[in-house]
Amino acid sequence: MTELQADRPTGTLSAPRFQAEAKRSRYLDLSVALATFAVLAILPFVSGSKALLDFVIRCSAYGLFTTSLNLLIGYTGMISFGHGMFFGIGAYSFGLIMQRVGVPIPVAFVATLAITAVIAAVIGAICVRLKEIYFAFVTLAFQMLIHSTILSWASFTGGDQGLRGGLPRPPFLGIDLSNQLHLYLASCALLVVGLLAMRQIAQSPFGYTLRMIRDNPARASFIGVEVWRAKLTIFVLAALFASMGGMVMALFVSGAYPEFAYWTISGEAIFINMLGGVTTFLGPMVGTVLLLILNDTVTRLTEYYGIVLGIVILFFAIGLRKGLMDFVVERIAARNDRAGKRGRT
Amino acid sequence: MLSIQHLTKSFGGLKATDDVSLDFPGGSLTAVIGPNGAGKSTFFNLISGALTPDGGKILLDGADLAGRSPPEIMRRGIGRAFQVASIFPTLTVQETMLAAVCADQRRNSILHRRFPLVETRDRAEHAMEMLGLASKRHRVAATLSHGDQKLLDIALALVLDPKVLLLDEPTAGMGPEERWRMIEKVHELWEKQKITVVFIEHDMDIVFKIAPSIVVLCYGRILATGTPDAIRSDNAVIDAYLGTEEGGAA
Repeated sequence: MTELQADRPTGTLSAPRFQAEAKRSRYLDLSVALATFAVLAILPFVSGSKALLDFVIRCSAYGLFTTSLNLLIGYTGMISFGHGMFFGIGAYSFGLIMQRVGVPIPVAFVATLAITAVIAAVIGAICVRLKEIYFAFVTLAFQMLIHSTILSWASFTGGDQGLRGGLPRPPFLGIDLSNQLHLYLASCALLVVGLLAMRQIAQSPFGYTLRMIRDNPARASFIGVEVWRAKLTIFVLAALFASMGGMVMALFVSGAYPEFAYWTISGEAIFINMLGGVTTFLGPMVGTVLLLILNDTVTRLTEYYGIVLGIVILFFAIGLRKGLMDFVVERIAARNDRAGKRGRT
Repeated sequence: MLSIQHLTKSFGGLKATDDVSLDFPGGSLTAVIGPNGAGKSTFFNLISGALTPDGGKILLDGADLAGRSPPEIMRRGIGRAFQVASIFPTLTVQETMLAAVCADQRRNSILHRRFPLVETRDRAEHAMEMLGLASKRHRVAATLSHGDQKLLDIALALVLDPKVLLLDEPTAGMGPEERWRMIEKVHELWEKQKITVVFIEHDMDIVFKIAPSIVVLCYGRILATGTPDAIRSDNAVIDAYLGTEEGGAA
C-alpha cells in the first residue's frame, strides 16, 4: 500500500490533454505536408531547370514506393524482397488501362489501385503466415513470377519491349499530365497525400498494433491481436502505395518496362531503406533523394556505377550500422539529453 | 471458476500432462509446484492456448476453451505472464499499456484516429498504478530492470481485465529480496483485484507462506493438492519432491 503511494504517477495524462495531444500531432503532420507542398509548388517558378522537375517527379515515384516498404520492414518487421512487384503492377495496369481502354486518368488510377489490392490480397494471404527468411523468399518468388509473366505474355504486355508508343494522357478537370509542369504538380500532390496517409497509418492504433507485432508477435497474439490479419492488411495497404509510385513512374516515362517489375527494384528499395533508416518515418524518403542524387552524379562521372554504390552500401552497413536518419535522430536526442541535464543542474 | 477436466498432452511418447483434473474456484490463489520437467509450464501453455490439448476440457465458467486460439482464450478471460518477461522492447511502458487496452477493446485496427485513444486511458493508468510502473511510464521497455520487465509483463496480462491470471514463475531470475517484493505485489494484486490467480513458483518458503492452496505436479500428473500444511506432511510429496528439504521446511 505504501509502496503504491510512493509510486504515484508523475506525468499522468489527463483525458483532455490526451485528446489535445492526438489533435496536435495530426495538425503538425498536416502543416508540414502543406508547407512541403507549397515549397515544391513554388520551385518551378523559382528555378527554370526542367531536369530538377524531372528529378522531383522521380523522387515522388520512388518515395511513395520506398516509404510503403518501410511500413512493412520498419513498422511490422516483415522484410519483403518482392515489394517491387506492386510498383511494376501499378505501372503496367495503369499503362494498359490507358492504352487499351481509354478511360479518364482518375478512373484508371482507381481501377489500378483495385487491381493491386486484389493481387496483393491473394499473394499476401499466401505469404504473411511465413516467417522471416521464408517470407522474404516467397515474396521474391512472386516478384519473379510477375516479371516472367510480363516478359512471356508479349501480346498483352509488349514482352521485353514494354508498353511502347506512349500512354495517352487526356486532360481532366483542367489538368494535362502530358504537360511537364502539370505532371510535376500532380506528382508532388500524390507524394504529399500518400506520405500523409502512410503517416496516419503509422500513428494510428493500427500502427501500434504493427509495432507490437514487430517487437513480439507471440505476445501480441496473447493480448488478442490477430497477427496474420494485421500483417495481411498492412501488406495490401503497402502494396497500394507502391502501386501509386508505379503509376507516377508510368506517367513520367509514358510507358512501362519490365525492369519496373524486376527483382532489382525491390533490392533498390531495401537499399534505400537501409540508406535512409527504418526507425523514422521520413528515413526512406531521405534515402530516396540520396540514392537518386548519387545515381545521377555517379552515372555522369563513371560507368562503374555498381562499384561506387557497393562502397556506399558497405559504408552504411559496416560503418554506420544504421540509416542516415537514424543517425541524425540519435545525435539530436543525445544533444537534447545533454542540454536537458545541463538545464536541470 | 476455472475447471480443468482430464487434460492430456503428449510429446511423442512423453506424457507432459497426464489426465489432470483441477478446480480453481473464483478468487482463489493457487501455487503450482513440482520438480523440473513436471509439466508445469506445459499445463499453463495448454490453458492459455499456446498448446492444443490432446484431450480433456478447460471450462471457464462452464464454457469449454480447450483447443481455442490464444487470442480467443485471452478474450474469454484468461491472461498470462511468462517465465521470461515477454514484452515489447521498443515501446514505452505507457505505450505498451495503451496498445494492449486498444487490442482488448478491439480498437486495434482503427486507421483514421491517432494513437493513443482517450477511451483506453483509464484502464492503462489503473494497471500501471497497480504494479507501481506509473513513475516509469515513459521508459522504453528494453531499458527497464529485470524486475520491472517482469512487472510490465504481469501488467500486460492484468490490463486486459482477466478473470484468471496465470503467472509462470513471477520471481524467476530475481535475488532473494526482489523475490519477496514481487510476491507481495502478486498477493496484493490478488487481494485487490479479486481475480483467480495461479502461479508457478520454485521457492518453497514463498509458496508455503503466501499460497492458501497448492498443487504439486510430477511427471505430468497431480501428486497432491491442498493447503500448505497438508502438502508439507504429504508423504508422496516428501518422497518425490521435498525430499531431504523436509527437515528444513518443517
